[in-house]
This record gives sequence, C-alpha cells and structure tokens, in this order.
Amino acid sequence: MSERPDFSAFPDARGHFGQFGGCFVSETLMGALDDLAAMYERLKDDPQFRADFDYDLAHYVGRPSPLYLAERWSKQLGGAKIWLKREDLNHTGAHKVNNTIGQALLAKHMGKPRVIAETGAGQHGVATATVAARLGLKCQVYMGAEDVERQKLNVYRMKLLGAEVIPVTSGSKTLKDAMNEAMRDWVTNVDDTFYIIGTVAGPHPYPLLVRDFQCVIGREAREQSLKQAGKLPDALVACVGGGSNAIGLFHPFLNDDGVAMYGVEAAGDGIETGRHAAPLSAGRPGVLHGNRTYLMEDDNGQIIETHSVSAGLDYPGVGPEHAWLKDLGRVNYVSADDTEALSAFRELTRVEGIMPALESAHALAYARKLAPTMTPDQDIVINLSGRGDKDILTVAAIDGIEF
Amino acid sequence: MRRIESCFQRLAEQKRKALIPFVTAGDSSKEVTVPLMHAMVEAGADIIELGVPFSDPMADGPVIQKACERALAHGTSTHDVLAMVKAFRERDSETPVVLMGYLNPVEALGYENFAKAASQAGVDGILLVDLPPEEALEIKPVMDAYELDMIFLVAPTTSDARIKLIGKAGSGYLYYVSLKGVTGSASLNVDEVAGRVETIRNLAQLPIGVGFGIKDAESAQAVSRVSDGVVVGSALVNQIAANPDNPEAINQSISDILAAMRNAMDQ
Repeated sequence: MSERPDFSAFPDARGHFGQFGGCFVSETLMGALDDLAAMYERLKDDPQFRADFDYDLAHYVGRPSPLYLAERWSKQLGGAKIWLKREDLNHTGAHKVNNTIGQALLAKHMGKPRVIAETGAGQHGVATATVAARLGLKCQVYMGAEDVERQKLNVYRMKLLGAEVIPVTSGSKTLKDAMNEAMRDWVTNVDDTFYIIGTVAGPHPYPLLVRDFQCVIGREAREQSLKQAGKLPDALVACVGGGSNAIGLFHPFLNDDGVAMYGVEAAGDGIETGRHAAPLSAGRPGVLHGNRTYLMEDDNGQIIETHSVSAGLDYPGVGPEHAWLKDLGRVNYVSADDTEALSAFRELTRVEGIMPALESAHALAYARKLAPTMTPDQDIVINLSGRGDKDILTVAAIDGIEF
Repeated sequence: MRRIESCFQRLAEQKRKALIPFVTAGDSSKEVTVPLMHAMVEAGADIIELGVPFSDPMADGPVIQKACERALAHGTSTHDVLAMVKAFRERDSETPVVLMGYLNPVEALGYENFAKAASQAGVDGILLVDLPPEEALEIKPVMDAYELDMIFLVAPTTSDARIKLIGKAGSGYLYYVSLKGVTGSASLNVDEVAGRVETIRNLAQLPIGVGFGIKDAESAQAVSRVSDGVVVGSALVNQIAANPDNPEAINQSISDILAAMRNAMDQ
C-alpha cells in the first residue's frame, strides 16, 4: 500500500471519500441533508449528546458487547485464535441498534415526530421500530415484498412494536427498492420526517454519522483485544452488504498498520454465475441512492438484480468508504457464497452453541479459510453482527422442513 | 444562439409561455417515441423533455416508474434514446430536446462519450434529477464544451443562497418543482407557486419552467400565468399506460391533452 492517508480525516466537508461518497439527491432533499449535517456537526462533540448516547448504549442496548474467544472452533480449525465480537447479544439481536439509537437522538433534537426506515433482513427495521416505540415516534418501515416473505418473524416483531411495515413491490422487491421507496416518502414528507438509514450508504452525511455511531464496535474490540489477548488482533473479518457492521469494526483500527482487514461480500450462487451481491468484487463505480460507490450494473448503467441467501446482504451497492478503502488497498474485499455461509452457520451453532445471522455467517465462512493459514499466537476478530433466530425459517426451508 | 435560449426569447416576444411535455423514451416501445415527439410538437409543444429510462427512478412516482419498467423491458438503452433524437431531428431542426433522467446511465457511458453523442444526435440540454450543482463541477465543463445546457431543479425547500448558486450553475431554464414529493403527486397550489417563482426571478436570471402536479388545461393555464413554461409528464404518460399496444391512440390522446393546454395557455 502506498502513502497512507489519515483515515480519521475523511470524509471531507461535502461527504467525499476520494472520488466516492458525496450527495446525489434531488433538490428537494438538499436542504434537509444540509440541516442534518449541520445538526450532527454541532452535536457530535457535544458532551451532553455523547453522554445520552453512551447511556443508552450501556443501559438500553447492554454494551459493551463481549469479545468471546471461540476456543473449541479455533482448535478445530487449527490456526489462529478466533474471537467473536458479540453484537448478536445487543438488545434486538444485532449491531443495527447502535445506529438507530444515535439517529433517534438526532431526530429528537430536530423535533421530527415521524421516522421512516428501509430494511432488508428486517434487523434495521426492528431496531428502528424499537427506538421509535421507546421515544413515542410514529414509524413506517419500507421492506421489499420478497424480504417480507423470507423474514416473516421480523415483520411481525415490527408490527408488535407499533410500526407499520410497507411491502415494496417495485423492481426486484428487495432492499434497494425499499430504499427507493423510503427516499420517495422522505421527499414527500421532509418537513416532519426523519429518515433513519440503516447502513453506511446514502447521501452525505449518512455514511459519516452511521459510521460514527457504529464505531463503538471497533473501539470496544480494540480495548478488549489489548486486555484479553494482550495485543491488537492480526486480522479483522466482517461481512459487507451496505457495510455498517464492517466499518464499525474496522474504522478504529485503520491507522494500525499491522491489523489486516477482510470485508466479506455475498457471492450468492458464486461470483462466476453473476447471481451474487458483491459489487466490490465484481462491480464498478457509479451513482445510486445518493452516493458514488461500487455498484452492480450493466453496460447502460442500469442496476442489476442481486442474489444472496441473506436478505441483509442482498444489495447492489456498498458504502462509499468501503469503495475508497478497496481502491486504497487498506481492506481486502473477498466473498463467501450461499453454501459456504450456510455451512458456517451450522458449524458455529454446533461447535460453539452460538447461532449466527446468515449475514454474519459470511464473515465466519471466510474466517474458516483464513484461520488455518495463520498460527495459534495470532488473533482474528470476527464481527458476529447478529443472531440467527430470524433465519431459522430460511434454513429450515433449505432443509425441506415446513412449519 | 442555442435552441433553448432562442425558443424562450421567441416566446417572450410573442408573450407566450413554453409548453414542455415529458415522456419516457422507449415507452411503450422504441417505435412509439419519434412519431409521438412530432405529434406533440404539432399539438403545440415548444420543448420536449425526453426521459432516459433508469432502473431505480427514486424521484419518480408510480406512473413514471412503470414507464421506465416498460421501456427497459424491451431494452431501451441510452444509445437507443440518442438514436431517437437523431431520427426526430431529420424532420424537426427547431424544437429543443432535453434529456431528463438520472446520473448513473450518463456515468456508465462516460461524460465525454455521452456529451459528444448527445450533441451529435441533436440534444440541447440535460436534466439529471440526482445531480445537484455541487456534484456537477466535473460534468459541467464537458457539457459546456458541447454546448449542452444543464438544467437544474429548484424545490420548495431550496434556500435563497442555493437558488443563486443554481441560477449560476444552470443554463437554458430552471425547472421549479412545484411541490414536495415525487412526480405525479397531488395538485399544486398556484398561489404558493406564484410566490416562489417571484422569489426565484429576483435571485436568478434564467427562464423558469414549472413542473409536478400539472395535469390538465386549467392547471397549465394557471401556472403559465405566473411562470415562463409549464412541464407536464405523468398526465401524458398515463395515456401511454392506458394504450400500450396502440400507438395511434397514444398520439391522439396525448395530442388532445396538449392542444387543450396550448389553447388555454394562449388565451
């Protein structure tokens, strides 16, 4: 890698990470995004705001999440020691809530009585519905009709929490279409509505603020590694859909040159089949959903439908900071296919008694290949970004079991 | 002088307002578009906004989303759209044509390739709804080099400072989005539009076209009284959706709507 930039200095004032990021939205939203950026700039170092955020993370989410040494699995793989950052133990069962707590605090400061969100696997939708219930905000969640079908449990959870789930039937009926529809809602109701974006994509300042809220994962993991392993980890592994759990883990380590990083995309049926969701591995730069980033698109710039067994990774774009980190060579972007992820899902469940989300299982699948190439004095930290209960019906269907 | 500028100048001399229809290129088939463009000019259109279909039209309501889906279903590419403009120019060298769409299909071709091909085809301007002037610093000089106007949007939420910025960045005309929402939304409030157009006039030098929420002769007339031009889209695209397999019916019903608007605007 050539000259290393100071990673903490990005994005720039207009949300650019090199050529990536930015703010590509229709004019109607520019004022709201400027207001949000200004509000965040004012609050992010405000001691009271930080204290409120930290309090909620400690007492509502249950942080810090443990860094767990998976001894039995490490021994079985016969290489590096594997540590799991247990975001699955957070309230609502995934890392998503770190961000919704932060954005809900912003919504409160901006006096918006209504929040909207897009969701793929439903984890972000649940996390949004949860904070909306707690703050008494009206909440509507857009979800692709195909995802509504394959994530029925989360749909019902959101309804129980008082949110309205709106199935989106346009396009591929998955996460990207849910995001289109949420944008259309926001442009119509911009005066009273706060759009809680669930990942480090979208127009500036979202990639910045979502990253900042998720960085609690990496800050804790760094401290815990020093304390429990006596040193920084040698490698970090996290799955990448939009990329919020990955950037949350990676970012506090970016200036630590000795820490290798692996972002694992969803290879679906296999990169070579074209039926995947791996824009960093097999896409090219373009503009979608408010930012410039790597996209899955055809020669005419039309977005291609994606495929992954995991609804949360089934997205044709990726956060702009990941696009930049790929081009800089700071993070290695790799992939795991459906079969590998399912196999890792079963293996961790049987060997460690921890059932991972299918999204997180992609990170486990890659770590399973990486660990044997390393030695027992080396450490890998994997972001176990969510728990797998929501995926039981999907896995059961693959096993031919119906409920 | 560029075609759009001279169009507005001529209209101003005649004390008339521009009627600007929008249809998506390739909707409902590639063969429909060029004859429809001619029919719209005959019915009184001054400028044509031709939609470049995109898979993820985030700023559009269901009517134009479906138009994009119909156009993409039979593979309408950006090259096809440019070929349609070129075919249109064989019989019409006067009516300005503005391509309206999203940035990504333009990026996919590359700014230089796109601008060169668009200019050769006879395109006069481009309006990319997800490209605010702050992000247009790179594309602007390329479009300038090929004498293509960049038309930017002004919204009800746009601050005075931004209106000034947009007025300087754009050329041809400004497109005032009359309401918060997506294309094909509910009716607009003419008094509110009148007030905003007045504000924009004081801050920017370009002619002002107003779109969103204009669906019939009455609303077209009302808006034309307070602006320099009227953009009508979803109301026309609805006619294509109603008769996808009947090009003659499409031409007839769209011409009827435009002729009624023209008549009301010229009174």
